[in-house]
Amino acid sequence: MRSDKNSHAPFALKVAAAAGLLFMHLPILLIFVYAFTTEDKSYQWPPPGLTLKWFGVTWNRPDVWESLALSVKVASISTLVAMILGTLCAAAVSRSQFFGRETISLLVILPIALPGIITGIALRSAFNLADIPFSMWTIVLGHATFCVVVVYNNAVARFRRTSRSLIEASMDLGANGFQTFRHVILPNLATALLAGGMLAFALSFDEVIVTTFTAGQQATLPIWMLEELVRPRQRPVTNVVAMVVVLVTFLPILLAYYLTRDGDQVAGQGK
Amino acid sequence: MTQTAVSFCNVSRHYGPVKAVDDVSLDILGGEFFAMLGPSGSGKTTCLRLIAGFEQPTSGSISIFNQQMMDVPPYRRQVNTVFQDYALFPHLNVADNVAYGLMIRGVSKNDRLKAAEGALELVRLPGYGARKPSQLSGGQRQRVALARALVNQPKVLLLDEPLGALDLKLREQMQEELKELQRSLGITFVFVTHDQSEALSMADRIAVFNHGQIMQVGSPREIYHSPKSEFVADFVGSSNILPRELVNKLVGRDQPASLRPEAIRLVSEGGIEAKILNVSFLGASTKITLQMKDVTLHMLADNEPASLTVGEIVRVDWDKSSLHLMEIPHV
Repeated sequence: MRSDKNSHAPFALKVAAAAGLLFMHLPILLIFVYAFTTEDKSYQWPPPGLTLKWFGVTWNRPDVWESLALSVKVASISTLVAMILGTLCAAAVSRSQFFGRETISLLVILPIALPGIITGIALRSAFNLADIPFSMWTIVLGHATFCVVVVYNNAVARFRRTSRSLIEASMDLGANGFQTFRHVILPNLATALLAGGMLAFALSFDEVIVTTFTAGQQATLPIWMLEELVRPRQRPVTNVVAMVVVLVTFLPILLAYYLTRDGDQVAGQGK
Repeated sequence: MTQTAVSFCNVSRHYGPVKAVDDVSLDILGGEFFAMLGPSGSGKTTCLRLIAGFEQPTSGSISIFNQQMMDVPPYRRQVNTVFQDYALFPHLNVADNVAYGLMIRGVSKNDRLKAAEGALELVRLPGYGARKPSQLSGGQRQRVALARALVNQPKVLLLDEPLGALDLKLREQMQEELKELQRSLGITFVFVTHDQSEALSMADRIAVFNHGQIMQVGSPREIYHSPKSEFVADFVGSSNILPRELVNKLVGRDQPASLRPEAIRLVSEGGIEAKILNVSFLGASTKITLQMKDVTLHMLADNEPASLTVGEIVRVDWDKSSLHLMEIPHV
């Protein structure tokens, strides 16, 4: 509901709203500020001095690059897997009637409602039982479980809005199933898939819990940051990386929001 | 002799226990404007979808120009459909929408856009190619859908209540244009509608559907003047139904009969006595509701008969030939 433009909110309400927003966002700003501090052993307030040298230091640390590369790889592959599986699943659930359809729909969505730690433990013991060595691929599998949901939710909403007669019209005009998919279904799904894919990428990129359980020796960027916080030296490097992570995850979500704001809600921000 | 365009041979389509189409046999002739008329849920749209190939018959067979259509998918049938919701592709502009069928067939971009512009001219929308479907009015979308189907030069054009969403004036205009288009192109049109006046004014022949069955097939005049059953008499125009007992008394036949409202006249002597229940002025004519014995009759008078008052007793009569004996409904 949108309130009348002429009416003014009471002053107390404005203060409360401002306080709420500050409470949520000030700590993030604090992280940004510490990326520029001259003190590297402890977080002192106010920072004794400001410097840009940590950007250079970060740039020259190979472990940062390694974990960044791993994170990007994991996020890209899980997103790809999620986009393929999520779209197929959404198509099946919204386009055909079969026994257990509702159950499948629920089971697909479940991983996002499940606490990450449960997903993590379950996957870890499953990998152990099956004797699968921990690698980048086990992390990808772990991330795909919740990435599929995000893509699925977006695709299902779009499928529901796409009139069935569009597909029939395409068939009627001579297009077989594949041509119909390429020329009608895919263009209509495109923005929903893009939005779902970007959300999935962002979710995977900053995931810690499931990663902790499904990774072997590898460290994704968030895991690397967690390890880095206990080190007494070069702490601001973590803050520099944190800034990068915020930007890398925030921009796609913002973009996804703009792409789908006419109609669909971007499903799955709740993870 | 005219070829048979579409032939239904004992076709049924059941959804579980529901018989959407129940043992329909029908021949639609080449070049004919054929209307399928019936209330919603009577099976007429399912019949159209059976021709298009979106549905497969549960039993029986359909052939199009003597080719069996069993297991032939929609994209290999030389029929095109104008959908009820038009089903224009929202991500394509009007020209690409119209050229879609040609693109799928591999016609070069220049040729297909030229053909699309030609088809748009045919439906009187020249120069609209660059617009998106969302920028068009309902009537314009309807024309685009028509152009998109016609550009493929189908052997049979299927129209699923294409005028349903248009307002009255536009609908009347489109009725004339469609009829004109069909005459000049010579393509077989199969037209589904629940509007009897639309069917009567446009079609060469009409099939009246009810409960998945064809009640009667014939020219608009046959359907209107000699309905075979109470259902047809009632659905096609608002005919008066005279019960068997009354018909027996009047003409000595133990059958129900239909009587068109416009066939009834007021007479000064002779005829039958009736009491006026209501008089409503409709503009060009006046509708009078009468109570004749235990039957309620509607009559339409061309010009308003002077000073009729409700409750008045008048005398009514009609030509013997306008009383139409019908089949006794089998229960």
